[in-house]
Parts: sequence; C-alpha cells; structure tokens
Amino acid sequence: MRRNVQRGTGGELPSPAPETHTGGRRDGFRAGELVLFALVTLAVMALCVCVGSVSLPLKTTLTVIWNAVWRLPMPDGVSVPIILSVRLPRVLCVALTGAALSICGGAMQGLLKNPLADGSTLGVASGASLGAVIAIAFGITLPALPFAGTMILAIAFAFLSLLIILSLAYKIDYSMSTNTIILIGVIYSMFVSSILALIISFASDRVRQITFWTMGSLLGATLQNALVLLAALVVFGGLILRYSRELNAFAVSEDNARNIGVPVRRVKLFLLIAVSALIGVCVSIGGTIGFVGLVTPHMVRMIVGPDHKRLLPASLFGGAVFLMLADLVARILLNPVELPIGVVTSFVGAFLFVVIFYRYRRARA
Amino acid sequence: MNLLDVKNLTVRYGDLTIVDGVNFSLSEGDWLMIVGPNGAGKSTIVNAISQGAPYTGEVRVLERDVRRYRPHELARLVGVLAQTHAMGYGFTVGSVVRLGRYAYSPGLFSGGRDEDERMVARALALTGMTRFADQNVLTLSGGELQRTFLAQLFAQNPRVLLLDEPTNHLDLVYQKQVFELISGWIKTPGRAVVSVVHDLSLARAYGTRALLLDGGKTVAYGAAAEVFSPENLNCAYDMDVSAWMKTLLSQWREDEK
Repeated sequence: MRRNVQRGTGGELPSPAPETHTGGRRDGFRAGELVLFALVTLAVMALCVCVGSVSLPLKTTLTVIWNAVWRLPMPDGVSVPIILSVRLPRVLCVALTGAALSICGGAMQGLLKNPLADGSTLGVASGASLGAVIAIAFGITLPALPFAGTMILAIAFAFLSLLIILSLAYKIDYSMSTNTIILIGVIYSMFVSSILALIISFASDRVRQITFWTMGSLLGATLQNALVLLAALVVFGGLILRYSRELNAFAVSEDNARNIGVPVRRVKLFLLIAVSALIGVCVSIGGTIGFVGLVTPHMVRMIVGPDHKRLLPASLFGGAVFLMLADLVARILLNPVELPIGVVTSFVGAFLFVVIFYRYRRARA
Repeated sequence: MNLLDVKNLTVRYGDLTIVDGVNFSLSEGDWLMIVGPNGAGKSTIVNAISQGAPYTGEVRVLERDVRRYRPHELARLVGVLAQTHAMGYGFTVGSVVRLGRYAYSPGLFSGGRDEDERMVARALALTGMTRFADQNVLTLSGGELQRTFLAQLFAQNPRVLLLDEPTNHLDLVYQKQVFELISGWIKTPGRAVVSVVHDLSLARAYGTRALLLDGGKTVAYGAAAEVFSPENLNCAYDMDVSAWMKTLLSQWREDEK
C-alpha cells in the first residue's frame, strides 16, 4: 500500500548522522556539590548552636562538642549544659526534621506530578498528629518503648490518611488533578483538626497544647529524639532515594512510568509507606511544621533542576538549612518569648511560595 | 509466532461498554491501523493492552499473557506512544529520552552504560531532536514534545509499537516524517506496529492490516485494502466516506490543470 506515498516532496527526515550528543549525563549528585551542600549545612548548624538567648563564641562551642565526643575534660566557665543538653539536641532534631520533611515533599511532588503536594497540604501531617494525640490521650504505649506507641500510631494514621485522601481523589476525579487532591487534602485537614481539638479539650491534662500539634515546636527535643529521627531518615529516606529514577518517570507521568517498565503499583506503595513513616516520626517528635516540604524542593529545583537523583539529596540539605534558620528566628525574634517554629516556616514559606508560583506560571506562559 | 494476540478484549466502565469483544493478532512486519469514528474505543484498546485500563479477555505477547510478564520485561517487547503529553516539570529532552532505557537496567543501578547512551543518541538523531537534547521540555512546541516521546520510544527499542494518534500535534512535514520513520523502523525483522489513526488517507497509505471499529464493536478486520472498502467505511462513519475524500482531493487536482 505504500506505493501511494510520493517521496521526495519535502518533509524528509533529518539525516540520521551518528550523533553522540545526548544532553550530557548530569545524572547524580556530583562530589563537589555534595561537599558544598554539606559545608553550608554544617556552617548553619554551628551558627544555630552558638546563637540564642545566650550567645556563645564558636570556638568554645566547638571545643565543648569536641571534648564531649572524646570524653575529654570540659573547659571552665562555660555553661556546658546549654550546649550539650539544650542547643545541640534541638538543632540536630530541627535539621533532621527539615531534611526528612523536605525529602518527603520532593518525593510526593514527583510521585503525584503535583507541584503543590506536601505532607501539610495533603493532610498527612494532620492525620499523623491525630494518631499521636490519640495515643497520648488514651495512653497507648508499648511496654518496652514508652514513646513508640505515639510514633507508631502517628505513622499508621499518616499512612491511612494518605490512602483515604488518594482514594477519595481517585473516586471523585479519575485523572487525580492537582486541584482535586489539594482540595481534598485541605478539607481532610480541617476535619482532622476538629477531632484533634475535641480530644485535646477532653484530655488537656495529658496532651500537649493544640498549638504544638498545629504549628509544631522542637523545644525540649533530646538527643534520643535526634537518634530516632536519624534512624528513620536513613531507612526511609534511603528507600525514597533508591527510587529516584522511578520518581523521574512518575514526574513525567504515571502512564509513561508504566510504559517504560516501572512496576508502578509496587513503587507507589513503597514510596507512600516511606513518606508516611517519615512524616509520622517527625510529627510525633515536633508536631506539624508546615510548608517545609512544600517550599524546599521548589527552591532546590531552581538550583539543581528537576532530576530526582539530584533534587532529593539536595532537598535533604536544603530542608535542614531552611528549618534550622527558621528555628533560629523563632528562638531569637521575640527573645525571651519563643514562637512556634511553624509560625516562621508558614510565614516565610507562604511568601516564597507565591513568588515561586508566580515565576513558575510566567515561565510556562 | 505472533507478536501480539488480542482475544475477546472487552473494556467496561460501570455499565458502559467501551470496547466489546475485539479480536486481532499481529505478526512480524504488520502495521495494523485501528480506525473508526470518535468514541469507537480506539485509544481504549491501546490503554488496555498497555495495562492502563481494566479489561476482560486475553492479551498475549509472544504467546504469553501480558499480565505474566514483569513490567520491565514487557517494556522491552511493547512500547507505547501516548496521545498527549502534559509536562509538569522542566526536565531536559535528553533526560526524558533516557528514561526509555529504564527497562534495560531497572532498579538501583541506574545504567549510564555505553549501550544506553548510544541508543539515546541514536533515538535523538533519528527524530531530529539532537539539537534539543539540553532544552527544557516546557519550552517545546507540541510537535517537538511528541517527537521527544517518540525518541524515548526508540530508545526503549521494543518489538511492538502501540501508537495512539502518533501525529496528533504534528504539522504535515512532521506527520510525513513520523510515518516514514516508522515504516523504516518496521522493516527490521521481528517488529510490528499498532497505531490508532484518525486520518483515513494516512491509514490507507501505510497500513498493511486494519481494524475498523464503531461503538466498541468490530465492523471489519483484515487486510487494509479490504477493510477500507466503501461499504465498510460508510457503515462505520454513517456517511459516504470515499465521495468526501475524493471531493477533498479534487481541490488539489484543479491546481494541476
């Protein structure tokens, strides 16, 4: 039947010369970038440990930490507990929480191909705090690990919330458009917040104030908390990083991911579990801290591009830096009164988000 | 051995039957054109074969049920070009095309092997996208985006192509290029193509076999020349198709006089 087609009338293919240019292999995170990001993170961390209601010189701080690690005698005339029991654990927890929430945000924005996805916009964080509050109010604990009950219930509720929100979105709008998911997430958050307020008003003697669960705070965080966060980040953050390439495919589209051979269901399930677990752990330790997971990946994307092999590791560092700085502002802005950290992140985050959204829309127009 | 066998394929959404008991098979060198009026279920067939829509019936690739393949194994045999591509993030053309190599090194070891890079470079050159390799996909025209995904498909290098309106967004120059490309591609032994096509003239010119659908049911199936008989087409489209085509063509004949 091909006889019908006249050839040589224009529209020929460009000559298939053996081209070798493929747009480079700028896949992974390069060593130089890794060092740079790590150095910035460490510098901010040092700054946050030194500055506060009482400011300490950098040299003294570093000496105290160094001596504590190697169990050397402490220098005289320095308030060692401020550094070791108050500032350092808190800064570590803040950095790890920021890193965990940001990698979760980055993963969800890729998985759902939704630039507005994040633990707080989807309602996952609210779900997790409901789980934590239920565990505390009804005294659900594991005998061996006193705080594990809160954490496990927070994780379970985070996962359940994700399932509820995504299946509702799927039922209502088959294409799972950005707006539908966000709308359902917002409504779900409001619904959960009302139950949260109800439980807290009945069990106010046992459960921390509602501002902790809605705005978050890492006041009084301990080294033990930091270790738990670190362990969760290594396990579940590692799982998310392992699926960087699959996330690239999802960010193009879920259909495309299926067509190129990604085991779509399995990857999705593992990622949702990892995200729920990380958010659950973060919420049970620091309450819901909004906007970190939403804004950090956007900022990072502008620097390293949308490839998840670079975006996710960079988000870890970016999230840590962003949240440490936010926590610093929360501590010193109205010194000695301390703001909930979520006030700062939401304030900064909302502004940044509008700017990002505006530029994003304009770039596409 | 047939590359693709579809037996009694039925797709239902609730009470609505979109595709109703469709059968066809594809052997080496076949280019099957799926044609029919809007809503005939053409694209749904492609979605069902690529596991993107729930179906009953049987879809076999190389005599084995598609559901028994692991996803990356299936992707090495069957590749899909979707009808539309809405990009959300600013990936480069090169990185979208490189995703086509996923099936050859799934999982942790992200490849970057020489073989992969060679296939990507070839696919970019073949589709004329080499000079766009570093460009942000959000800045591409509809046609360039379609060619990006065609390049991804060539990088994936499957044995069966499922094309859903492959020249949907393309102007005539690229329409011709794409069809010429695929008719070159299919000449390599062991390959076959299924494409959903709106333009009956294109379907007639390039198809070796054809499946004519209306309302999810098969009107005619077989060699392209037989399927595109006036009786079949008039029945499916409810109009005198060949008279209309001739009227359109006569516009150009007048130029020659």
